[in-house]
Amino acid sequence: MRVGTAKESYAADEGLFKTDTQKVWFGLLMAGLLLFPLNGSNYWMFLAVLVMINVISTTGLNILTGYTGQVSLGHAAFMAVGAYTVAFFDGRFDTPVLLNLVLAGAVAAGIGYLVGLPSLRIKGLYLAIATLAASVILGFVFLNWTPVTGGLRGLNVPTATIAGIELATPDRLYWLVMPICVVMVLAAKNLFRTRVGRAFIAIRDRDISAEIIGISLFKYKLMSFAISSFYAGVAGGLWAYLFRVVTPESFPALASIFFLAAVIVGGAGTIVGGIFGAVFMTLIPEFLKLSATALVPWFPDASIYLAPVRNIIFGLLIIGFLIFEPMGLAEMWRRTRRYFALWPFRT
Amino acid sequence: MSPLHPAAPVRPPAARLDVENLSLQFGGVKALDGIDLNVAPGSITALIGPNGAGKTSAFNSISGFYKPKTGTVRLDGEDITAVPARDRAKLGLARTFQNIALFRGMTVLDNIKLGRHAHLTAGVFDAFLYWGKAKREEMELRAEVERDVIDFLELDHIRNVPVAILPYGLQKKVELARALAMRPRILMLDEPVAGMNREETEDMARAILDVREEWGVTVLLVEHDMGMVMDISDHVCVLNFGRRIAAGTPEEVRNNPDVIKAYLGSSGDPRRAAEGHAPVGEVA
Ligand SMILES: Nc1ncnc2c1ncn2[C@@H]1O[C@H](COP(=O)(O)OP(=O)(O)OP(=O)(O)O)[C@@H](O)[C@H]1O
Ligand SMILES: [Mg+2]
Repeated sequence: MRVGTAKESYAADEGLFKTDTQKVWFGLLMAGLLLFPLNGSNYWMFLAVLVMINVISTTGLNILTGYTGQVSLGHAAFMAVGAYTVAFFDGRFDTPVLLNLVLAGAVAAGIGYLVGLPSLRIKGLYLAIATLAASVILGFVFLNWTPVTGGLRGLNVPTATIAGIELATPDRLYWLVMPICVVMVLAAKNLFRTRVGRAFIAIRDRDISAEIIGISLFKYKLMSFAISSFYAGVAGGLWAYLFRVVTPESFPALASIFFLAAVIVGGAGTIVGGIFGAVFMTLIPEFLKLSATALVPWFPDASIYLAPVRNIIFGLLIIGFLIFEPMGLAEMWRRTRRYFALWPFRT
Repeated sequence: MSPLHPAAPVRPPAARLDVENLSLQFGGVKALDGIDLNVAPGSITALIGPNGAGKTSAFNSISGFYKPKTGTVRLDGEDITAVPARDRAKLGLARTFQNIALFRGMTVLDNIKLGRHAHLTAGVFDAFLYWGKAKREEMELRAEVERDVIDFLELDHIRNVPVAILPYGLQKKVELARALAMRPRILMLDEPVAGMNREETEDMARAILDVREEWGVTVLLVEHDMGMVMDISDHVCVLNFGRRIAAGTPEEVRNNPDVIKAYLGSSGDPRRAAEGHAPVGEVA
């Protein structure tokens, strides 16, 4: 606990960022996001866009699992719903990009609401299996509702076009994805400054007394499912504009595990945790791939032999995190900040 | 102080509670067997009895947590027996639990704010933007909670501490704070001083008296600490094996032969207890 933050008013204490240090970090992050495209590399721009899409989706799952305590193994299926919605509306009716993205979120939210219904009766592992089952059913729909989803071959997605500008490449899409990502993450942070977010946490921490202080489990559990799916839907819609094709294979069940791992590795129940988790889970495999490539001059077969090892290292890193930092990267970050705030004194 | 925050706390009028013929059964166990209980507005009424007498079961039935087999619960004459637990919060029924039921992952301040949940109305869209109603409500809530609850119960030094790391006595106090934030008209406390030392107990007893005095709420409490019960209550109701065996002023109850017998048969004599040898209630 930092004591040196005497507040002039409650307004400051209730602010989005409570300390000047936080404001500075946020400013640096924003500057970084604005300057990042200067690197000029298509590869890095692609990765940046993918990372931010995953940040949106992870934040959504974090609201449901990290904050409300409802474990979902079907998150990727809601991304798929969003991706198909965008592909369908943009492809069929040529509707505006932003409208398509809102529709993607809304359709996913509606389905998420329905998938959340079992949470009123079952909990924990049983609920996780129910969400997995729901995602299998959605997969079946994607595969067989051919007139809408294109069946096995899926749908092609037109280039996102805003005000006549074609966002055909990652360096242009960046300017669509980045602001949406920032706004949605800040909105999630806002949510937990209010009664709605507190109600979610209350349900996670003890659902019996939540009810006794007047929180409707029915209303808020389903709301959490809907919000979480909305985030996934928007992320899936952006994903569709990035990859330009959606098929039943685009969001396998493993992707749901990917997002759950991102929430846990990053730090469940903190907004920065969702960001860290998504960045880590997206970039580490790329980083390991690059490392293998870097070894090629010395070991010409490195990339062949290291490919499987890469997955093992990635898995070990995740396990290592769970063992040594069960509170996630967000907790490491907190300690680092504390260390520098008190530097040169050790704690 | 800004005009948004009137200086005096909003003081809801004290409520009257009438319970009639309440019965509750767990399988073969009759936890409650037709009990009557009348709590006068503005009074401090104690519900006592040996372990397993049915006190907590009565609380759970009154707060809508268990569905009684027979009986009615009336708040200010209005039958609320069929009202779901979460809607009773809004009616002004607030309670604490024998086993502390705080939200462990949250700070003291957030736990207390949660108490006001049912009285706030901001919706999810305002919340995302932290605009309009959401912002206004949160600011008012913070100011009110600080003034009426945190200052009042002297919790200033721990407001940003996660409740999970607080000592037991303070957790009990935070639970009282959360119940107060609910703007109760009747406050139900299940063993508020169990597991506390003398000093903490006196502190809590004073807080309960102050709450009644300054907030003007009705207090119904379950307690094993007979010293405290005899000191602060206006009215005492005694349960044994799910039945009401006596009711009256502390003095009347203390000298009631049935009560003496019930206590001698279990955890102690209320007369002896009143002199400071309180039978130790369960901590959990
Ligand atoms: N959930 C339950 N399931 C089954 N039996 C229960 C349950 N809750 C209470 N009982 C039983 O009902 C009876 C009354 O219990 P209750 O908890 O109301 O007693 P109490 O007066 O609060 O006791 P204490 O002073 O120990 O807290 C006991 O015999 C108890 O075993
Ligand atoms: Mg009890």
